[in-house]
Amino acid sequence: MICEVVQDALLPLQTTINKKMKYRYTLLIALMSLCLTALDSQQIQKASKTNVLLTNATVHTITNGVMEGTDVFIKDGIIADIGKSLSPSDHLHKIDCSALHIYPGFMDGGTQLGMSEVGAVSLTNDYNEIGDMIPHMKALTAVNPNAVAIPVTRVNGVTNAMVVPSGGLFPGTAAFINLHGYTPQQMASGFEGIVLNFPSSSHFGRWDRRSEEDIKKEQKKAMKKLNDIWSELALYHKIDSSAQRSGTTIKSYEPEMKALLPAYRGEMTILIHTNKDKDILSALQWIKKTGVKAILVGVSEGYRIADSIAQANVPVITGPVQSVPGRGAARYDVAYRNASILHNAGVKVALRTNDSENVRNLPFHAGFAATYGLGVEEALKTLTINLAEMLGIADRYGSIEQGKVANLFVSDGDPFEMKTRIKHLFINGWNIPIESRHTLLYNEFLERSPGLKK
Amino acid sequence: MTKSIYILLPFLLYILQLSGQDTGDILIKNGTVITITDGVLPHTDVLIRNGKITKIGQDLKENNVRIIDASDQYVMPGIIDAHSHIGIENVNEASDPNTANVNVGDAIDPFTITIYRALAGGVTTSHAMHGSANAIGGQCQTIKHRWGVTDPQEMKMSGAPRTIKFALGENPMRVHGEGRHIVPRTRMGVEQIFREAFAKARDYTAKWDKYNNNPSGALEPPQYDLKMETMADILNGEIIIHCHSYRADEILMLMNVLEDFGVDKICFQHVNEGFKVAPELAAFGARASVFADWWAYKFEVYYSTAYNATILTRNGVITSINSDSRELIRHLYHEAAKTQRYGDLTDNEALRLITLNPAIQLGIEDRVGSIEVGKEGDIAIFNKHPLSIYAVPQMTIVDGIVRFDIHDADDMRIDIDPEEKISTFIEESSDHTSGDRCLQDVYQYFSDHK
Repeated sequence: MICEVVQDALLPLQTTINKKMKYRYTLLIALMSLCLTALDSQQIQKASKTNVLLTNATVHTITNGVMEGTDVFIKDGIIADIGKSLSPSDHLHKIDCSALHIYPGFMDGGTQLGMSEVGAVSLTNDYNEIGDMIPHMKALTAVNPNAVAIPVTRVNGVTNAMVVPSGGLFPGTAAFINLHGYTPQQMASGFEGIVLNFPSSSHFGRWDRRSEEDIKKEQKKAMKKLNDIWSELALYHKIDSSAQRSGTTIKSYEPEMKALLPAYRGEMTILIHTNKDKDILSALQWIKKTGVKAILVGVSEGYRIADSIAQANVPVITGPVQSVPGRGAARYDVAYRNASILHNAGVKVALRTNDSENVRNLPFHAGFAATYGLGVEEALKTLTINLAEMLGIADRYGSIEQGKVANLFVSDGDPFEMKTRIKHLFINGWNIPIESRHTLLYNEFLERSPGLKK
Repeated sequence: MTKSIYILLPFLLYILQLSGQDTGDILIKNGTVITITDGVLPHTDVLIRNGKITKIGQDLKENNVRIIDASDQYVMPGIIDAHSHIGIENVNEASDPNTANVNVGDAIDPFTITIYRALAGGVTTSHAMHGSANAIGGQCQTIKHRWGVTDPQEMKMSGAPRTIKFALGENPMRVHGEGRHIVPRTRMGVEQIFREAFAKARDYTAKWDKYNNNPSGALEPPQYDLKMETMADILNGEIIIHCHSYRADEILMLMNVLEDFGVDKICFQHVNEGFKVAPELAAFGARASVFADWWAYKFEVYYSTAYNATILTRNGVITSINSDSRELIRHLYHEAAKTQRYGDLTDNEALRLITLNPAIQLGIEDRVGSIEVGKEGDIAIFNKHPLSIYAVPQMTIVDGIVRFDIHDADDMRIDIDPEEKISTFIEESSDHTSGDRCLQDVYQYFSDHK
């Protein structure tokens, strides 16, 4: 691809020079092509940004049903128009999408994507800082825009992900990012949320040998700490408010309190991570008591108390869907069914993979949820508009609507089905090549050369 | 007389038990039968008698059998997982770089719920493997998912060839080199563990041969060594090697070692960089059992591709997709389908990855892995094509006995504590490498055990 471009560029030059020179240039071009071919097999092509008209597609708008034979016009990174036989004067590039489908980009509600390069190499992991009360640790700081897993993820139609710090009680501030950009700031979507690991009464993993008493003690201690922090915040809020009234600010350096203050005031969402039924109920009580703006995350036992969550009117980001039940006695498919049980009870549901390198499986997690009770239409919403609404960014993300950010993909079929291919991908209107390390290695090694003998 | 009956009774009961592996009789009617070896047969019946498939055809009639209506459903061979650690209590005997003397068959746990969950994903046979802490790990055990039996012996697939776990790369290097400051700390060291063990086994065999061929009895018998016996059995071709491996260089290394010692029964496990040396694997006749898409969880799998299974298959390597995980084992049909997203395998090629191919890798292809007359009655029934994301396993049959049925799924589990006096909930750690049991039981050897 790159070689062709170079040859084209040099052609005019060739016509102006004599035959001898032409021979030399041809040789040079041949050599350059060789080098570039080698380079080509190891690098992902750059994305490009032009105004694009996608024509004659089946458009799955999510919010306005399915529109057949419809065009979508992307201009300046925005979905500028949707309709039949559009003919905008200013499009540079046209893609025939006959027999193809357009979906809004899929969005993962909880990952470590870009914060971890190689799982077992601890110095490449940036999601778990030391400390129990460190809400000022910002995920956006540690997202590597060039993480190899990012292209691997987006070629499956995933355009956005929440990147989430983990660890203690308040491990940091999560950020919702676009999966394209050369700096974290270019990737930022505008949403950030405080992460709270709600005090847990669970065993963590099968090798957690703590006694019931120890677990209860630790939970009680963590709960006291959380409540103490909130009392301190009440005071901090008062001081800050009075300082603001008198036109000054708090001088002392308290980054933790400063980070939590917007959440205390209900101006910033808290992502409350909790899984066990009883802990979820405690979290709901705490949300009611404090009046914070909250989303519950994880909620693997939501199926046991779905009505309580619905009554509290708190949205849920659940998943991974493909996971084992937390109890030996639980039905084998409770994790597959959790999203549908929550939805049927009236809870607004989004999904997360809680993964780093295999966030690409997000559509398949949703496919399992669809299969086990949720249905395809609702499952599509969990990856798009539901999450956008929870995060308060539905004016820009989560559906194919005029004026929204052009995060979308073109597929040759149902994106949950395994045989389906993603043909085109746009993030902020950038036309992203359907390439990743995985496709490049495939291209290089399917028919290795030299083969067995050199 | 009565006395002698009492004396004989325990023996009689024992003999009964030996001969009495439970088998069933089932007639599956009118399904879409995916045979694997003979195409897809619409509206076809499959008859299982005494645990064996005896007839495949249309409008079969049979008395005294349970009849299962599979109209509008897909009937495929029971799924086989060539790499798991379920149904065993211990995974790693990590105390030495060579533990060929131990056998996970001695640590079978028929009660673990994971077996039932695997059945609920259509999996009827799995390869319970020793872990990857040692270059030469313990012997493994092929088990059938006879959920409900209580005798560990009944979980074993009797007559299945013996297998042993080998391991290359980071795991043995971390456990022994970094953790215990003994060889191997590098991939060079790993190679020499194999060369030393095989060379010593040759000497050992030679000593015994010399002793056995000397009828005069002038020689003293050599010391019996179970580790050496096992290594000698590998050299004799009686044990199939299943080798945990990732990088292309170490895969080539082991093939060179095996060539030097005349060993050819080898299935590489994980083999994430198998795609780089697919022609060499095919030429050697080595098999490959891979993940559908796991990568980047450690450095030696950083340069991976989810197209691995496709590249290996297209290069003529007999390939399977495995789980190595109590989560993935529940949807291997979905893992196999990933080869149609990452590559272009046909339906039959994709399903072979979880049926006939793993059977070949375990040396049990004459008994399971396809729906053929004479094979064992291991069947998985799905409501939609098993490679579709919308497929739900309906029923799983082992030796003609229904071991999972979606309609009574709620009744096959016991809540050990319905009143919740204690917490029975276990939260999965967000560190998803915790699902990988290849290094279970070895954490005490790590100073930094991320």
